[in-house]
Amino acid sequence: MPTPKVKFNESAAKGEVVEVKTMIDHDMESGQRKDAAGKAIARKIINHFAVTLNGKPLFAADLAPAISANPALNFFFTATESGTLDFKWTDDDGSVYALSRAITVT
Amino acid sequence: MATRLAFALVLALLAAMPALADPPFDAKDPAMARFQAGAKRSGYTFAEPETRAMQDDDFMNPAMLWAEKGETLWSTVDGEAGKSCASCHGKAEDSMKTVGAHYPKYDPSQRRVINLEQRINICRSQAMAAPEWKYESEPLLAMTTYVKMQSRGQTVAVAVDGPAAPWFEAGRRFYFERRGLNDVACNHCHIDNWGRHLRTELLSQGMSNGFPSYRLKWQKLGSLHRRLAGCNEEIRAEPYPLGSFEYVALELYLAWRAAGLQVETPSVRK
Repeated sequence: MPTPKVKFNESAAKGEVVEVKTMIDHDMESGQRKDAAGKAIARKIINHFAVTLNGKPLFAADLAPAISANPALNFFFTATESGTLDFKWTDDDGSVYALSRAITVT
Repeated sequence: MATRLAFALVLALLAAMPALADPPFDAKDPAMARFQAGAKRSGYTFAEPETRAMQDDDFMNPAMLWAEKGETLWSTVDGEAGKSCASCHGKAEDSMKTVGAHYPKYDPSQRRVINLEQRINICRSQAMAAPEWKYESEPLLAMTTYVKMQSRGQTVAVAVDGPAAPWFEAGRRFYFERRGLNDVACNHCHIDNWGRHLRTELLSQGMSNGFPSYRLKWQKLGSLHRRLAGCNEEIRAEPYPLGSFEYVALELYLAWRAAGLQVETPSVRK
């Protein structure tokens, strides 16, 4: 079970540019490899990453098979309101790994 | 006139070509001080700036994913004795503070030199009555990384005299022994030619102070022995089993070579 992690300044000043760092431990199996018996290993990657602030989209990315294992996605946003950041990583097998963090903007 | 113009054009093209640039390194740069000891240079100094940046930031360092798993395992009860690592050793931050810098080490109860991985497994089988972890398995990598990370910043210093002397001598012999179809020894790359190129590869001094290390090529964390097996394969030699006498002896010799450098675990390399 992949365990995602995120890090950012959780008490930002209004108008401050906040850097959000994220990482999830995931093999990002590309679907291009074969096992010892010569059989293709099925693709299994995180195919979508989305972040919302109080339910509104803040950042999203589609990931492709060429992206390395343990994808780290960092982004910046301007702090305007306090609330909850919801992070969601969607796996090829349909599972969703999620994290929520509060941000206080003063 | 036409020839002169063509000549000038060729020169201009050559000048515009990107040079085969090595990662920047200045021995006098204060930021590089902790990655050097005299003429010894950690693999960090041979890495690209982007790779160095990954290692410098604990959050962005993917090897930390293993260290975090190791931290959880440290206090997880396992085995018939109903113990965890913490039952005997308490807080790893205190009890394991210098341990990683002094391994491999002669163990009187085993009457042989053992490395950190083997020490952990001896603890598991003897004190915890738990099954040993397979070499290079996820839990063993995680625990080794977590334990060795406690010594981060400590100076590598191993005992190579007394009872450890035969292992040190075996490791030294291995290091200077030609092997494989390519008929080369460790020293040919890592003593005689470090800083020069093997095709596109910049040869490092082959220091072991950062292991277990996250290798971008592997897309995961790996042990020193996995790297040694990779080295042996690259020179077309038959690799030894991970955890074998040969590799433990070599690990001791490499630790002696790296003596004076700081433990960098968990490092990031290309």
